[in-house]
Amino acid sequence: MEGSFKKPVQFMLVLVLAFGMLLTACSGNNNKPANDEGGAGGGDGKAQEFRFTLASEPPSLDPATMTDAQSSIVAAGLYEGLTRLNTDGEPEPAIAKEWKVSEDGKTYTFTLRDDVKWSNGEAVTAEDFVYSWKRTLDPETASDYAYMLYYIENAEKINSGEITDTDQLGVKALDEHTLEVKLYTPAPYFISLVSHYTYLPVNKTAVDGKPEWASEAKTIVSNGPFLLKEWAHEDKLVLEKNPDYYNASAINFDKVTITLINDTNTVYNLFETDKIDWIGAQAGSVPTDLTPQLVADKKAVITPVASTYYYLFNTTKAPFNNAKIRKAFAMTVDRQALIDNVTKANQQPAFALVPPSIAGVEGKSYREMYPDTDYFQENIEEAQKLLAEGLAESNMKALPEITLLYNTDDAHKAIAEAIVDMWRKNLNVEVKLANQEWGTFLESRKAGQFDIARSGWGADFNHPINFTYDLIHPLSGNNDGKYNNPEVAKLLDESLLTTDIKAGMDKIAAAEKIAFADDMGALPLYYYTTVTMVKPGIENVVSDYAGHLDWVFGSKK
Amino acid sequence: MIRYILSKFMFMLLSLFLLITATFVLMNAVPGSPLQSEKATSEQVQKNLEAYYGLDKPLIVQYGTYLKNLVKGDLGISMKKKFQSVDKMIASSFKYSLKLGVSAIVTSVVAGSVLGIVAAMYHRKFLDNLAMIIAVIGLAIPSLVLAPLLQYLFAVKLRIFEVAGLNGPMDYVLPTIALASGPIAFIARLLRSTMIEVLNADFIKTAKSKGLSGYVIVMRHALRNSMLPVVTYLGYLTAGIITGSVVIEEIFGIPGIGKYFVQSVTDRDYPLIMGITIFYAIILMVTRFLADIAYVFVDPRMRVSGGKAGK
Repeated sequence: MEGSFKKPVQFMLVLVLAFGMLLTACSGNNNKPANDEGGAGGGDGKAQEFRFTLASEPPSLDPATMTDAQSSIVAAGLYEGLTRLNTDGEPEPAIAKEWKVSEDGKTYTFTLRDDVKWSNGEAVTAEDFVYSWKRTLDPETASDYAYMLYYIENAEKINSGEITDTDQLGVKALDEHTLEVKLYTPAPYFISLVSHYTYLPVNKTAVDGKPEWASEAKTIVSNGPFLLKEWAHEDKLVLEKNPDYYNASAINFDKVTITLINDTNTVYNLFETDKIDWIGAQAGSVPTDLTPQLVADKKAVITPVASTYYYLFNTTKAPFNNAKIRKAFAMTVDRQALIDNVTKANQQPAFALVPPSIAGVEGKSYREMYPDTDYFQENIEEAQKLLAEGLAESNMKALPEITLLYNTDDAHKAIAEAIVDMWRKNLNVEVKLANQEWGTFLESRKAGQFDIARSGWGADFNHPINFTYDLIHPLSGNNDGKYNNPEVAKLLDESLLTTDIKAGMDKIAAAEKIAFADDMGALPLYYYTTVTMVKPGIENVVSDYAGHLDWVFGSKK
Repeated sequence: MIRYILSKFMFMLLSLFLLITATFVLMNAVPGSPLQSEKATSEQVQKNLEAYYGLDKPLIVQYGTYLKNLVKGDLGISMKKKFQSVDKMIASSFKYSLKLGVSAIVTSVVAGSVLGIVAAMYHRKFLDNLAMIIAVIGLAIPSLVLAPLLQYLFAVKLRIFEVAGLNGPMDYVLPTIALASGPIAFIARLLRSTMIEVLNADFIKTAKSKGLSGYVIVMRHALRNSMLPVVTYLGYLTAGIITGSVVIEEIFGIPGIGKYFVQSVTDRDYPLIMGITIFYAIILMVTRFLADIAYVFVDPRMRVSGGKAGK
């Protein structure tokens, strides 16, 4: 034992030293919440910095493989497309100075600006769009959102590999700054559609043969108002103003710092300690338990969002293959009570699927033109009658066992419990609850293994077709309730063929009316809202029609 | 000793292989796929994606390909974070977890030992009670509660520390306390009870009768004999802590590896699930192995059976 007795003491000493060294060594350079001047300094209007958080990092910043809100919020600053949606959700010229549409509504000719540059110095030309769209449709690229391009002539066939000669795609660069696009069907909302990130151009020099080009800051080549200076994965992204942006005078922020933090309380604490300037609209969320108080104190505001929360009926099997029974269930949910007592963020009751923030024509919203309250109303007595009639029609004495399936989540659970309680009281029926983990849930829903299943839908572009064709058309891959009315399908198909925007919307509304007033193809519950908070002095930073943070043209006083 | 290490090593390789196989099978047996999303893409798009990631091939072929790439040291690319390689994702996030983890382990051992020794030396006296009250509080408050509490008090109200991030040395303080509070308490109680036992052992009485001072007895003789259970515990603790804590990393906004354990499974991100599992297994095996070796140094009795004999 003698001779080695000092070891425990030495061991401890080493540990203590190591600890000390570690502490000093860690003063490295991975600053999380940007700089400190932001909130404390005040006074000088020079530091035009904007700071916010995202719950997770963008899975992709490659226009061909982006699919989610996080990516689109960042991409809006990095890239510039043919058009850009303004804060009202209307398309405005961006790289496309102007455009012409042919008589039949199938050919679009875009005239491009000649002063747009890539961050590697090359000019942005019509050829960049052609290259980008062909690349996205190439089966080898395996783009999730390739179907967004299916409006273009031969696009679907190229994506399926049926046509291997990509030159047959209906898009051509007539000269450096003229782009001609041929569609297979007139799509009156095509100008809106090209503002979507799947339609962004990419720089061939940076992209060709480098599928990983958009996963690191130093290899990304972009053409938008901001440049990606730093991307510390899972930690933060730093964007700086692009001095070569053609419209640089419209851009006020010099620096934008995006920290990646998931915990809502931490995000709120960062806001409280002046480390970030914004919460909400997919860029962090205000803690639910604090929302009512913050709204009452006018510290937070509630904005509608183009997303809908609804339940699917499995229309292929009893009892919900009967429209009257579906109606009975839809008419006995007290939506306002659900919103006041459970969801608590001033959501709007839904009686169809197209949300109020989706634009119509002549400055009106689609919902203002065609109010969904005309389709059906909550009515318990009527519902009880319908249920009895429906049962008789289906030759049933009583309802079979019904299960409501939702993905495991406290908020969905609370909503489901409240609704099941309403059905118990109003219809005297007992509906069982079942929940499944997200991946399993999606598979069950897809396979039609449910009676009633939770569902939600957010906008990809600002047009009612995105909430009708995608959800109640029998051919849509998202119509998991398998609602099928040929009349609805016909009207929706026709709406795609009209060149007149108003006439197209009339068709969509007619289809929607059948689907809900007559058939109750699904059970609409509410239109989402988002709760946002912004630091005083930050201007023109808003939640856009879809409920995504729109920060690009913001400024700081 | 070398034979011992070699046989341990072979055993670790075998366990790893079994683990990889089991994970691969289970992962594919769970419903859902990495390519699904709430919004249905076209059938064509699904096919293109499956072909891209090789998921259209039979499982056994996928397994073979995975093993082949693994042997070459290629863990593949994530299916959710486009074109980020799994090894890079693990390396960059582990860096944060490791730094924080080492800080927490050192703090646990130092603070836990001090508390334990003090408690044992002043057995049934005021200091013993005080140390044990601190320990019980440490054990009783879960980090899930402690972390937001610390954050609110010291970062939001008093503004002494930052809310989130791992920037300067000061940023380590709150997450370290949150991570270490449980282990400190555990080590303190463990050390106290073994030490009280050791202090009553014959050889300590002999030392006392030789006239050695209390301090020398504790430091030279008792502590060393009482460290054994702590070393065992450290093996587990190290693996647990340096692979990251989901809760602490979430709350303090630390981009560590912890979240991947849950997220990769929710996402069905197959390459990431495999990579994380293998990584975690290796860490666990290596730390257990090091703990085994550490016995030999702490406990002289163990050396006799080892190759390199004691004195």
